Amino acid sequence: MTAVDVAAPAQASTVKTGRFVYIASVFLLCAWVLVPLYFLLINTLSSPEAVTSFPKSFVPEFNLGSLEFFWNFSGILNAIKNSVIVAVLTMIISIAVGAPAGYALSRFDFRGRELFRLLILLTRAFPLPLLALPRAVMFIRSGLDDTVFGLALVHATLAIPFAVLITFSLFSGIPLELEEAAWTLGCDRLTAFRKVVLPLILPGITASAIFAFVISWNEVFAAAVLTIENRTLTAFLLASLAESPLYLKFAGGFILVVPALIFIFAVRKYLFAMWGIANR
Amino acid sequence: MAQIEIKGVAKQFGSYQALHSINLSISDQEFMVLLGASGCGKTTLLRIVAGLETPTEGEVWIGDRRVDHLPPRDRGIAMVFQNYAVFPHLTVFENIGFGLRMAKVSNDEVKRRVERNAELMHIEQLLARYSGELSGGQRQRVAVARALAMEPDVILMDEPLSNLDALLRLEMRAELKGVLAESKTTAIYVTHDQVEAMSLADRISVMHQGRIVQSATPVEVYRNPAEHFVAGFIGNPPMNFLSAVPEGAGRYRVADKVLDGPNGASEPLVFAIRPEDLTLSNDGFAATVKIVEPLGPHLLATCDVAGTMFRAILDSDMTVKHGDKLTLAPQDGRVRWFDPESQRAVA
Amino acid sequence: MNVRYLPYLLILPVTLFLCLFFIYPFVLVSQQAFSGPEGPTLEHFREVVSYWKFPISLQNTLLLAAVVVPIQLALSLLMATMVSRMGKGRDLVLYVWTIPLGISDLAAGIIWLAIFEQSGFLNSMLYGIGAVSEPVNFLSYQNPAIVFLAIVLAEVWRATAIMLVILVAGIGLIPKEYYEAAEVFGASPWKRFVKITLPLLRPSLQTALVLRVILAFEVFAVVAALGGTLFPVLMSETYAYQFDLLNSNAAAAMALIILGISIVSTIVILRALRVPKGARV
Repeated sequence: MTAVDVAAPAQASTVKTGRFVYIASVFLLCAWVLVPLYFLLINTLSSPEAVTSFPKSFVPEFNLGSLEFFWNFSGILNAIKNSVIVAVLTMIISIAVGAPAGYALSRFDFRGRELFRLLILLTRAFPLPLLALPRAVMFIRSGLDDTVFGLALVHATLAIPFAVLITFSLFSGIPLELEEAAWTLGCDRLTAFRKVVLPLILPGITASAIFAFVISWNEVFAAAVLTIENRTLTAFLLASLAESPLYLKFAGGFILVVPALIFIFAVRKYLFAMWGIANR
Repeated sequence: MAQIEIKGVAKQFGSYQALHSINLSISDQEFMVLLGASGCGKTTLLRIVAGLETPTEGEVWIGDRRVDHLPPRDRGIAMVFQNYAVFPHLTVFENIGFGLRMAKVSNDEVKRRVERNAELMHIEQLLARYSGELSGGQRQRVAVARALAMEPDVILMDEPLSNLDALLRLEMRAELKGVLAESKTTAIYVTHDQVEAMSLADRISVMHQGRIVQSATPVEVYRNPAEHFVAGFIGNPPMNFLSAVPEGAGRYRVADKVLDGPNGASEPLVFAIRPEDLTLSNDGFAATVKIVEPLGPHLLATCDVAGTMFRAILDSDMTVKHGDKLTLAPQDGRVRWFDPESQRAVA
Repeated sequence: MNVRYLPYLLILPVTLFLCLFFIYPFVLVSQQAFSGPEGPTLEHFREVVSYWKFPISLQNTLLLAAVVVPIQLALSLLMATMVSRMGKGRDLVLYVWTIPLGISDLAAGIIWLAIFEQSGFLNSMLYGIGAVSEPVNFLSYQNPAIVFLAIVLAEVWRATAIMLVILVAGIGLIPKEYYEAAEVFGASPWKRFVKITLPLLRPSLQTALVLRVILAFEVFAVVAALGGTLFPVLMSETYAYQFDLLNSNAAAAMALIILGISIVSTIVILRALRVPKGARV
């Protein structure tokens, strides 16, 4: 499809103007996304003095002072470590628990399938972070309070519905015929899965795992509610919003954003395919 | 030796009866074609033999083993799928060798058998490619080579040519026939294409609404359709039908003509004749030409005989046009009669 | 093993997990919200609802959702249509537009803080063109409208991407022939959008709106970063009950109120955009 539909009788100038408006809007919308990120980058790559000075320069001075300060701030490294551990645990739990269900949904027409799918869809309609509150109680009872594992369980609850729906759509994209062919060629269900489905699904699984990682990495409320000593980066930043200096916030925000940028880039191919079927 | 016995096999999907107690025996090295329109149960039957579907009732025997409780891998079968099912993450070589690797065949033997079968299917120059780099016809060849490499007792094919374009289909059809005859395997082949069925089969089983309505050689199915359905399904165009009213002593009134027919019937029958078995003569059915389609080797005239649509294949030299009156006589020995109650042929 | 049990075995982990960590906590939270010293009580609800900040935070939350969601809907529809007719550069543009999807609300709040704070970029810009003679403290109690605007902008900036992704995927599912048919019958681009894209996109619009509206009720970190306590919302009040006031019964009651609002709005959206069976793509 061409960028602008060329209506036969339309005058060349109208087409031209339309095209210009179209391209200009695309650029404008790109700028709308990118410029605020650029501002954050300027602040991050400036010295603490520059961050609090006025007026601001619109080019970064490439000073690592803010980042250094951030890096040496007590508790930050531990918070980053906690964030990574929680996110990795979330990733593992949600894929390990969610992918088999996604496979079941894509391959079997079992009784209760629609009900199950509906339930999974419904969980998305709940304000899940709120679950952090009762779970604080639950975890205190079971000794999971203030642990990264406990938080990972909460984040996994957030990520699992997505993991199920995404893997469902991914598995549906692999023709059953391929598996059947493997069965007729001497595989049992497990070897057929391992030799045929797994190699084909792996990139997609990776993408949905990354998605789970990002969900956890970004989550603020549950993290803030459930961790006190073992704060994650988001919880740490939230707690210090009121009192910490600006440059600490900006550097922290930057550290929060960077993995997200990389991850979205890594999964961009799957983003739309994943949602295509998950919608249905 | 791998004859196949299908005994009383039935399949139900929910409340839908896909197969009604099928009985069929296929002898060793026979090429059996299951022919029918979509939804007739032919693919389900094939998948039951393959072990991809479990029958609700009945038994399947391959050789002297009962296999209906065995998984596909233990049945000594190989299958060619409609969409080829060539594994996209493996090279052609590894695709053809996939089953052999599963069977833990030695590397040398895998190489030998892959190369031999690749040569047989004329794809030896493609062994290092991936399926994404192959055309539909080439994928088809890989799928067949992969099945043959297993040296199975039985090879099962589910509409393997239906995704190819017409010319390629013709070419592959002939090739498939040669290769399979050579391999001496028993084959079951599912198709909805009657020309394909005729050209390949030792025997055709025509299926309709979950039943096998006739199982016979291609010529027999064509010449002596056992049921009204077969007569109306096989042949392009299929047989013409007219109702026949008995006039006693084996005589029947068909349209405006009285013909000799089966003895002893007192109820009306259905008269059937193939379009190519009609000749122009002085003594025959009065037909009014409605549509004329020149098809190259001959001319297809769709006419009206006593208010019923009636097709005749005429010589392509003929000049007939809309509204012409023709007199069409059925050739001796080519007329078939059916009982409208039971749908069966009447001798 | 019998294949008939395999699917149930495969969905067992999810079912158990969700029972333990989704349904059970809900039971717990409801218990907590209704439990008093002597048996079930509505006391906690009465307490949170009668607190002076409750009407403000409820109003703020609803107002924010009412302003942000329509803007996002319009913007994401516009972006999705623009992308659908794009040839070259489509992947790059889509990547840029979906970047905010990966950015947490906290980070988004911080990013917009960099713009709106007293020594921030907005002030620098205004100062640069001479509009102000000294930096203005936008995010203070004297400028509630600007605080609200900043939060709206940050929310629109951050959370339009999720709707965009769902809608782009949805548009991708609409067969091109429908557009070609409409074009043959003389429908203008606008007519094609209204008569084909919108109705066929209803399932995706449903998903996008449900997800987005619920997220709007959960708005928390953006507000915390930009407004602090200037702009109380339901979620921040819940947080305050749990941590500052150490009243977890009240926090539970707040949670149930948010849940109730979410469920009601989900039902409303699903009803409003219901697609008759058989009328789907």
